[in-house]
Amino acid sequence: MAEEKNRQVSSAVRAEDVMRKYKKQSRLGMIWRQYRKNALSMFSLALILILAAMALGADWIAPYGATEQNISDRFMGPCAAHLFGTDGLGRDIFSRVVYGARVSMIVGFISTGVSAFFGIILGSIAGFCGGWIDNVIMRVLDVFMAIPNMLMAMVLSATLGTGMINCMLAVGITGIPNMARVARASVMTQRNQEYIESARSNNAGNGRIIFRYVLPNALSPIFVAVASGIANAITVAASLSFIGLGIQPPNPEWGAMLSAGREYIMEYPWLCIFPGIAILITVFSLNNIGDGLRDALDPRLKN
Amino acid sequence: MSVLVEAKELKKYFETKSGTLHAVDGITCSIEEGKTLGVVGESGCGKSTLGRTVLHLLESTGGQLFFQGKDVTRLDRHGLRELRSKAQMIFQDPYSSLNPRMTVSQLIAEPLKIEGKLSKKEINEKVLELMDTVGLAERLYNTFPHELDGGRRQRIGVAKALAVNPQFIVCDEPVSALDVSIQAQILNLLKDLQEKRNLTYMFITHDLSVVKYISHDIMVMYLGQMVEKGPAKEIFQQTIHPYTKALFSALPQPSIHNRQERIILKGELSSPINPKPGCRFAKRCIYAQEACFVDTPELVEYSPNHMVACHRAREING
Repeated sequence: MAEEKNRQVSSAVRAEDVMRKYKKQSRLGMIWRQYRKNALSMFSLALILILAAMALGADWIAPYGATEQNISDRFMGPCAAHLFGTDGLGRDIFSRVVYGARVSMIVGFISTGVSAFFGIILGSIAGFCGGWIDNVIMRVLDVFMAIPNMLMAMVLSATLGTGMINCMLAVGITGIPNMARVARASVMTQRNQEYIESARSNNAGNGRIIFRYVLPNALSPIFVAVASGIANAITVAASLSFIGLGIQPPNPEWGAMLSAGREYIMEYPWLCIFPGIAILITVFSLNNIGDGLRDALDPRLKN
Repeated sequence: MSVLVEAKELKKYFETKSGTLHAVDGITCSIEEGKTLGVVGESGCGKSTLGRTVLHLLESTGGQLFFQGKDVTRLDRHGLRELRSKAQMIFQDPYSSLNPRMTVSQLIAEPLKIEGKLSKKEINEKVLELMDTVGLAERLYNTFPHELDGGRRQRIGVAKALAVNPQFIVCDEPVSALDVSIQAQILNLLKDLQEKRNLTYMFITHDLSVVKYISHDIMVMYLGQMVEKGPAKEIFQQTIHPYTKALFSALPQPSIHNRQERIILKGELSSPINPKPGCRFAKRCIYAQEACFVDTPELVEYSPNHMVACHRAREING
């Protein structure tokens, strides 16, 4: 009897020991250590952080106001006073690029947020339920997919009217079908895995199956889609502004700046080069971050 | 000995575009406590479907199921929960049956967490105990299944099944995805566990040497129906049904003196979709007569406890 009790106590003590010894590292910590190994992704993360800092601290970083005109300094090339030169109204391009980061970041993140939110919900429902629900959701989205992305965004922002919020909405809605398709495909491959059945044999409820089994395994392609979605949203928003349907002048937005600069591209190329480089860096970094995240999220790709 | 699991005329049909697929078509069998029923048959004969139907992973189309004498054919949420704390499953593929995002300890703890009876500490104690029982080293506590070999993965599968202290386990080809050397380890583990915990198994496999090693009784399935059932020893000594004969003639003989003639089955498996009356094996059977194509043979007792469904059983073996 006493021996039995002793044994029980010692097994409990051992269990605690083991639990302490193999204390689960936090999930985020693990992902971060994995992510850190990818040099390109780290570099891209640094770039994005710099851009984000620029967006947040624009008021302190930019030497001039975004719409501050200085007619005597029109079309100045890059120089000490104006790092990236000035445009036709004598506005400092560096300052406008810095302020533009704010607009582009907000547009990119919020409109992708819109498309990710609706797209993932719709796609997951379609993929998980299957049958007629899947059919209805996907056929409706097919109709949207049939319209070219850019045209769709144009139609939407033409109907909703110009301006930043409408621009974000238009870009966001345009992105929903693609996001839904990725989510659906990803959820569907998980649904038929044997470990889902194994979970059912343990009596796991639908909620548990979705959140502990399906989503964690379905997430990596969705993550990549979101990251490249942000990049895509920034380009679409820039394109909308470029054709005059997005952010309106004189607000600084990279696409709008490109659009305004294109008349002078031969004589004063810096009008286009700098906002173009800004778009390029952002899109490039976001794509790399997406790739890095996907690898870091998958325990199978460790080492 | 009391009967733990009993199926009566159990049926599972699937509706397909070309008709009703009779995957399990009227299986009647029972398994005594502490015993193993080996279910054999070629692929597509409905072995796995039978196992899944018994565990309510698939809802049966007809017939009845009893567990410890209680009717469990139709269950509500509560009944299902109760059944699944007593009946568990070990899956065939240790690669796809484990959630790749969970560590070994999380995987084994999962059934206990869902059950929700134990505290976190108690669960952890139990997990370590289970890892001991199935022979997983403590250092594997935080590893992911993809880092382990097939044998260790299947040990996780066994530990998962054991977690809720079940009485009955359906083993769906638990060793067919493993190397031969590891097969033996897992089979021995299952045998030991059966002795220690008085477990009852339904052991689904197409590997006859495996079934010989582990089963007390053997049931041979063909196209959703049982063609022969009896004590393992007896069946390995004398097969009655022509299909069983053919199946068992494929067993390699470890002797050069009394080699048996291999019976090579001709023709294809007839379709399980909307099957016609008559013996389902008739098309491929060398002994088939006219009657075989018309009447469905009943399951009759050939010798005590040895059941067979063949019109000509006595003539062939007489």
